[in-house]
Amino acid sequence: MADQPVIRVAAIRKAYGRTVAVDDVSFDVHQGEIFGLIGPNGAGKTTTMECVEGLRSPDSGRIAVLGMDPARDAYALQQRIGVQLQEAQLQKRITVREAVELWASLYRAPLDGQRLLEQLGLIDKRNAWFMTLSGGQKQRLFIALALINDPEVVFLDELTTGLDPQARRAIWELVRGIHDRGKTVCLTTHLMEEAERLCDRVAIIDRGRIVDIATPAALIRRHAPEQTVILATADPLAGEWLRAIPGMASVAEQSGRFTLRGAGEDLVSRTIQCLADHRVMVTDFRTERATLEDVFLKLTGHSIRN
Amino acid sequence: MLHGLWRLTWLEVKIFVREPLGVVGTVGVPVVVFIALGRMFGHAGGEMPRAVTVDLPILAAMILVLSAVLSLVTIVSIYREGGILKRLRATPLRPHTILTAHVLVKLLFTAVTLAAMALAGRRYYPVAPDVPIASFALALFVSTVSIISIGFLIASAVPTARFAQPIGTLILYPMLGLSGLFVPVAAMPPALQVLARVLPLTYAVALLRGIWHGDGWLRHAGDLAALAIIFAVCTAVSAKVFRWE
Repeated sequence: MADQPVIRVAAIRKAYGRTVAVDDVSFDVHQGEIFGLIGPNGAGKTTTMECVEGLRSPDSGRIAVLGMDPARDAYALQQRIGVQLQEAQLQKRITVREAVELWASLYRAPLDGQRLLEQLGLIDKRNAWFMTLSGGQKQRLFIALALINDPEVVFLDELTTGLDPQARRAIWELVRGIHDRGKTVCLTTHLMEEAERLCDRVAIIDRGRIVDIATPAALIRRHAPEQTVILATADPLAGEWLRAIPGMASVAEQSGRFTLRGAGEDLVSRTIQCLADHRVMVTDFRTERATLEDVFLKLTGHSIRN
Repeated sequence: MLHGLWRLTWLEVKIFVREPLGVVGTVGVPVVVFIALGRMFGHAGGEMPRAVTVDLPILAAMILVLSAVLSLVTIVSIYREGGILKRLRATPLRPHTILTAHVLVKLLFTAVTLAAMALAGRRYYPVAPDVPIASFALALFVSTVSIISIGFLIASAVPTARFAQPIGTLILYPMLGLSGLFVPVAAMPPALQVLARVLPLTYAVALLRGIWHGDGWLRHAGDLAALAIIFAVCTAVSAKVFRWE
């Protein structure tokens, strides 16, 4: 059982009328990892996730979560998974405490709601109505509801959409905390930074199909191996020496600022070696790696932002 | 999952009471209107439409039930549009438990309103001591459940919460005109008679009127059967076509 993936999705397909939302999607999620489905809005991330959660039935294909079929064993499965839905709301005038107590009453072995609210920084808001909470507080409450049954797998759908950067970072910390407690996390996001910072592995989805699956670093190495080095120097001969570095694809100079591009893991060390060999005096030096954003652009031919 | 049902129902009652206009509109306004009407007509006697004098309790009960169903349609639409229904469904709660809780809330407030009206209106509309109140309440319950099943069909059909109120009004209130309360069904044009015969309100009015005037349940077996069939059909169809999001 140990090697068995926690989630196994095999060739699922889901169409709404003539629109195919999810087309031949397959992936595995393993015990204890944070797995991300990434792609632009409308790519099929949420539909895929809701099929896995048992909220929708795929037209074809097979899904197993903790060895169960989400469509058939929905109620047994709900006891063991935690779900946060995209753009969900609660009753406007339900209090934080009432929501947590209601959820706790629905599960066989709930956690202590009071402690959970403390951990999520919501304890001062326990008597506040849902409608009075800020976006970040609402999302923390939804995280509390997703965790109340101490689930083995947690699903988070567009968790930080609409939050300001500070609230977003706070939520990321919480997700890492869930992961550190040994839970398996499956999340969707259209934010590449979020995926890079949180996910152990990501599946890039575009127009209902999976384009590639790997760790963020492996995806970048595979699809956007270019490195960029930016440095500043007054040395008039620097350009000539830098252009001679093996594997250097391009060197652009603008009034003493050089932008170097090239492929290969050792471009940076070769550049440093070159600068040292020629005793070039450098006043600024930094490197830029490609991001998942670049990978996405390369794989799909269009930007993730629309 | 009875535990979840009571908890959710109680929670929805509390949430409803917190809505500033909710209780005033549901319980307060009907009672005040009822008293006002009683003051206007109560002592005049004589020349009033039959519906007001003879069938007043039935008319009042039907209007209350229709507005309860309408507000059920509205709240279900709002909960659906806000993703609340979907969020509740992604729990061990059974789908029908979530909807039943709302039905119970509406039944409770309808009962409270009717009781308040009965108490407040005693002076203007003295209820004869031989009226079988318990049987009437039971008949009203049966009728309400049947009409609510139509409400769920409407709730399945309305596109957004904004349309719930007008569309519900358009479908529900004309049922009152065809129910035989104002014009006997037999006196209607044939086409309307056919329509009246498929609407639950027609049977509800016949049943309630009969029970109020002391008929036995057996005499209204046909009405009961009709209400039961309407309930079964509407519930079965809603279960298929109801949208959770």
